[in-house]
Amino acid sequence: MNYIPHSEQDRQEMLKVIGIRSGNVDELFKGIPAELRALSFDLPSGKSEFEVERYLKSLAEKNATDLVTFVGGGFYDHYIPAAVDAVVSRSEFYTAYTPYQAEASQGTLQAIYEYQSCICRLTGMEVSNASLYDGGTALYEAAMMAIHITGRNKIIMDGGVNPIYRRMMYCYTTNLSIEFVETPVTHGQSDRNEIDKYLDDKTAAVILQNPNFFGAIDDHSDIAEKCHKLGALVIESVYPLSLGVLKTPQEMGADIATGEGQSLGIPLSFGGPYLGFMAARKEFIRRMPGRIVGATTDRAGRRSFILTLQTREQHIRREKATSNICSNEALCALRALVYMCLIGKEGIKEIAALCMNKAEYAKQKLEAIKGVEVKRSSPTFNEFIIKLPGDPNGLIGKLIEKGIAAGFPLGRYYEDMTDYMLIAVTEKRTRQEIAMFAEALEDALWS
Amino acid sequence: MELIFEKSRPGRRGVTLPAKDVPAACEVDGRYRRGRDAELPCVSEPGVVRHFTGLSKMNFGIDSHFYPLGSCTMKYNPKFTERIAGLEEFTSLHPLGPQLVRGAMLTQGALEVISNLGSVLCEITGMESFTTQPMAGAHGELTGVMLIAAYHRHKGNRKKYVLIPDSGHGTNPASAAIAGYKVRTIRSDTSGVMDLGEFKRSLDEDAAAVMLTCPNTLGVFNPHIKEIADLTHKAGALMYYDGANLNAILGKARPGDLGFDVVHLNLHKTFATPHGGGGPGAGPVGVKKDLIPFLPVPRVIRRTDGMFALDFEEPLSIGYISPFYGNFAVILKAYAYVLLLGRKGLIEVSESAVLNANYLKCRLRKYYDIPYDKDCLHEFVLSASRQSEKGVHATDIAKGLIDKGIHPPTVYFPLIVKEAMMIEPTETESKETLDRFVEVMIELAALAEKDPGVFKEFPRTTPVCRPDEVKAARDMDVCSLSG
Repeated sequence: MNYIPHSEQDRQEMLKVIGIRSGNVDELFKGIPAELRALSFDLPSGKSEFEVERYLKSLAEKNATDLVTFVGGGFYDHYIPAAVDAVVSRSEFYTAYTPYQAEASQGTLQAIYEYQSCICRLTGMEVSNASLYDGGTALYEAAMMAIHITGRNKIIMDGGVNPIYRRMMYCYTTNLSIEFVETPVTHGQSDRNEIDKYLDDKTAAVILQNPNFFGAIDDHSDIAEKCHKLGALVIESVYPLSLGVLKTPQEMGADIATGEGQSLGIPLSFGGPYLGFMAARKEFIRRMPGRIVGATTDRAGRRSFILTLQTREQHIRREKATSNICSNEALCALRALVYMCLIGKEGIKEIAALCMNKAEYAKQKLEAIKGVEVKRSSPTFNEFIIKLPGDPNGLIGKLIEKGIAAGFPLGRYYEDMTDYMLIAVTEKRTRQEIAMFAEALEDALWS
Repeated sequence: MELIFEKSRPGRRGVTLPAKDVPAACEVDGRYRRGRDAELPCVSEPGVVRHFTGLSKMNFGIDSHFYPLGSCTMKYNPKFTERIAGLEEFTSLHPLGPQLVRGAMLTQGALEVISNLGSVLCEITGMESFTTQPMAGAHGELTGVMLIAAYHRHKGNRKKYVLIPDSGHGTNPASAAIAGYKVRTIRSDTSGVMDLGEFKRSLDEDAAAVMLTCPNTLGVFNPHIKEIADLTHKAGALMYYDGANLNAILGKARPGDLGFDVVHLNLHKTFATPHGGGGPGAGPVGVKKDLIPFLPVPRVIRRTDGMFALDFEEPLSIGYISPFYGNFAVILKAYAYVLLLGRKGLIEVSESAVLNANYLKCRLRKYYDIPYDKDCLHEFVLSASRQSEKGVHATDIAKGLIDKGIHPPTVYFPLIVKEAMMIEPTETESKETLDRFVEVMIELAALAEKDPGVFKEFPRTTPVCRPDEVKAARDMDVCSLSG
């Protein structure tokens, strides 16, 4: 077997050292009583790379890859520069373990420190952790963090937060004594009156999202101010690339910022692996879950990096830990870091502007179609909702035949939005593709 | 090395963006705009690539170093699986994209991969259904305990505790606590396995589950496991299997046959997907029949017409553990790995992993203490207690190994062993590599006798030596905002 180096002679020599004279490796398993041996292990026999590649490629071909996509919903089709893939393909990065041994891991540690720095620069927050699984778990961890910081157990979630994250939050908090309030869904900006109804001095945090699931952008400063007066925290879930132009969580007064980092150079890959980021005000650093890398000096006074504040973590605190998360998504964080370094200070503004301009163009083309209504009640970033004369599922099928993934049908998550579709436009969509989409949609509707 | 921010110069850039090709223009109203630009570094592409290549050289990795890190299963990661995970037909798939529209084959291949891996894992573990949603081992633990909680709630059981041996991974009690349970810790007996007497005394009708690693973190297979399972079930509790150590028993024993009801696996351990410097991994969870209704949604199902589909409508499901179907790219790599190795290959994995561990243990026995010197499977625990009398602690031995270009074992774990060094060589290491490790360990043991003071200077061959942890925790310099 290719991955096991032992020759028969090696094996026999080693068995002899161990004291097994029969030459039978199975004797090493005599600690497993005979009646507890595997009842079955019925698997196909191993195959060559060539054969496995042929088979898996045949499965790959059962996926559609040539669709021009306008699907977003928190996960976006952005361009990934080749240098991102080249850097993360260095096996010194991808075959390393968690950097517990600092001297053997300065590469990973410095990269995470730089990642944390970029996340802080992007969000305006003071501290960041080394990353979490994804945007949804990051939001849940932020809610738990707020509960521990405030000693309160009520969480208010704005109706504009990604419905997938809302469902995850429900799932995670079922067994815990947490009062979880969701304000009604609004397509536009956060409904201040609804939040006011529930916000009180028992509230641990209000969770907001910008841009929200429907694409609307907002300035949540006023909500933050009210929260702080009552001793509640503000958690802001953000789309990192939008921060090339949009007001930062810090500027709005957020205490904790989280988000999905997929748009920063991570492929869509049918749902993962992705990247949850979390940043906060410095005073909350000891309450942050996950790993944190800190700068320090070594014996010789050289700048060094190390996992710090580890006493918060579960391998030391065990059942007293406030989070059970021990991995970060280091390689995804590295992707995000390399991506942010490549696009740089100017590039992120340009990408944000491209996304917005193309989305505006798409709005204009789509609203010119009879029966299509573009919701313009709030400003948006690169995503917006349209109302159609009926259920879009038939239209989606017709557009697929023309090579277009039209958008996300909102009826899947909202019973009263069966006629709505969420449309995302990234810098990858060309004028021609947008025009083709509008044309195909018009055809599908009226011919 | 300089930080990337220190290499930033205004005007440099690493990417050219597509030109604006639409006539529309959209400006953000001032009240929604950020006040100052995000100070991302300005670096050219060669500057970025050279910076990160430089950083990569400051890492130990499997391709360059022996990495006998106990309970972490740092085996070689076949290059082939990287190629497969990079196929555009997989990487470009949007998880919210259209899936089954007019019979079009839009995501059938990806769903088939998920479904097939689940079936294979069922056969390997003796379980009856798997969810691939959990994104890491600890995430799998949490999912597993939440499934147990949902099961008990549905049956109307009022349960309070999860029983965990003191040799268990730290995530076990943390996961149980976060799922809403209290933890009862059971100490280990003199042979290193969970003390049967204390277990029996702690097991009552309030117990929701027993969480075990088998073999445990000492590499010891618990001979009473069947009795423990029977007693647990009789008390109305469930058996939870922490699959961190599955690499020891492939084809030899299956958690399902041993009486376990819930299992989590670490695909980044047994199934050779790379650790990535701390993730991404994947922690799929397998269950017996009674727990299937509680598995997370959406579930991948095979319809009667042979098509794969997503099922969101399971009334008893615990709901959404992940946004989608788990770390798909990792799932794909693990599936490719199983196809390459096949039945015989997987059995050989465990046989060689156990052979390597026993070989190391026998060769090192004279030089280091072994507090629980039982038959081990894939890993074993040495103690540096003899060396520590001279002032050389487990961490000093670790730094001595780093000095010689070997990644150290897991140190100070399990907690039940003083000065612990937990060694798991894995099956992909050659006899020559193991022999060199033994030589270095013997050399370090001798050095501890002769010149214990010199350990404080180790490692001398790495870019830094013993970074100041106290200063790091005090300064809390966790991000750079200058440059």
